[in-house]
Formats: sequence, structure tokens, C-alpha cells
Amino acid sequence: MTQKAKKFQLKLPIETANLEIVREFVARIAQNMGFSDENIHRIELAVDEASTNVIRHAYKGAESNEKFLSVEVTTHADRLEIDVIDAGKGFDPNQVKTPEMDVYLKKMKRGGLGLYLIKTLMDKVEYKIKPGKKNRVRMVKYITT
Amino acid sequence: MEKFEVYRKDVEHVKILNIQGFLDAHTAPNFENELQNFIKEKSFNIIVNLDGLQYISSAGLGVFMGVIEDIRNNGGDLKICCAAPKVFKVFDLLGFPSLYEFYDSEEQAVSKFTDTKK
Repeated sequence: MTQKAKKFQLKLPIETANLEIVREFVARIAQNMGFSDENIHRIELAVDEASTNVIRHAYKGAESNEKFLSVEVTTHADRLEIDVIDAGKGFDPNQVKTPEMDVYLKKMKRGGLGLYLIKTLMDKVEYKIKPGKKNRVRMVKYITT
Repeated sequence: MEKFEVYRKDVEHVKILNIQGFLDAHTAPNFENELQNFIKEKSFNIIVNLDGLQYISSAGLGVFMGVIEDIRNNGGDLKICCAAPKVFKVFDLLGFPSLYEFYDSEEQAVSKFTDTKK
């Protein structure tokens, strides 16, 4: 039996108070798909991290843009695909290195942990960056894992 | 609305902060203020009790990282206790257990500050 992909969208003002809405949105969809509690938590956290990055960094110093955070969830038979989208200044994903956590923590450097966590929590992460137009972080979680 | 609450308690010369609910980029500043208050009061023996914490993101972990240097440079420490497995897992993913002391109970954590035989 093939199941048609379904798409869910949420567009929000960039305020940290909305992180809760984003988490509940993706958690409910993941729950309906039959993900385990542990994986629902992983998905919630990954989407929170990507959304937090948008809220904190994407529009810094860019006053003219329409500031928004968009979360698009597509459900497939075998996986959940989540796009976190903004129209901010973007970033170079190649500059985002996997930190040596021990060294990193010893320097007590804060921030920047989000992207590392996303990579750890999800099965696949892709970046498509068009500064000022559309920046997208796509995160995929397979239902069998 | 998901809640975040902070309760303070003193046991001898140890300050205990009990945090409950959801710790994310929205609620992290509240938590940080409480820890900064301890630093201003020159209280550097701190325990954060995570007993009632249901969720933490890296914004919450960043608060722990932001204050620890100040606390240790002043001869104190910040110890963590009572994390639920789901919450501990996030700390663990980022390697925190090699740099912060985690305890199963508040009493154990307190005794590390008050036990003179240590």
C-alpha cells in the first residue's frame, strides 16, 4: 500500500515564545505517524534547535526583511521530513564544523551547540542557503530507526 | 502554556536551585538571572536540581556553560542532580558529564559540598 505524502505548514513570528508551538506541532505529527517517545523527543529537540537558530541569528542586522520562521513538515510512509525556513541572512553550512565537544566545553564556549545536536538527533540534515531569500534546513527522521 | 519555574533553597552554605518545566531559548534568561544572582551574592556552592525539568534544549545547556567559569574561578562549583533520563540524555550527547558532576539525589550533591572528609 502506498501512502501519499502529506504536508503541514506553520508560519510564525520570530519570537522565542513560539518555540513551544513549533515543538507541539511536530511532536503531534510524529506521534500520529507512530514514532517512539524517544524519537518524538529527538525530533522536537532538533526542530527547536533549528528554530532557535533562526530566531536568534537569521535576521540579525537585517531590518528590511519580512521576519518569519516557517516550519514545513512532510509525512512519507517511511519518514518524516521537516524544513525550517527563513528569509534571513543565511550562513555557510561548510563553516559549521562538528565541534570536538571536550575541547569546546573546556573553553566554556556557549552557543553553537544546536547544529551539532541536530546532526546527532536526526538521520539526515541538508542545508539550502539563499541569503535574504530562502534559507532551508531540512531534517529527516526514518520511522524504523 | 508550558511552564518554567525556579525555586531557591539554602542548605547550610549551599544554594539549591530547583528548576521545573521546560527550559528552552524562551525560558533560559530566567534561569540565567537566578544563577547570576548567586554570583552577585558571592554564593559559589550551587546545586541545580532538575527533578521537575521535563525538557531542555541547547539554550538551557548554554546557561550552565556561561556561568561555570565564574563559579569555579571563585573556588565554587555547580553540581547537577536528579535529571530525568530524557533530560540527562541531552547533557550526555554534548559531553557534559565529563565536565560537570551529576548526582542521583540532592542529598548526595549537598554532601559533596558539606562533607569535610572529601
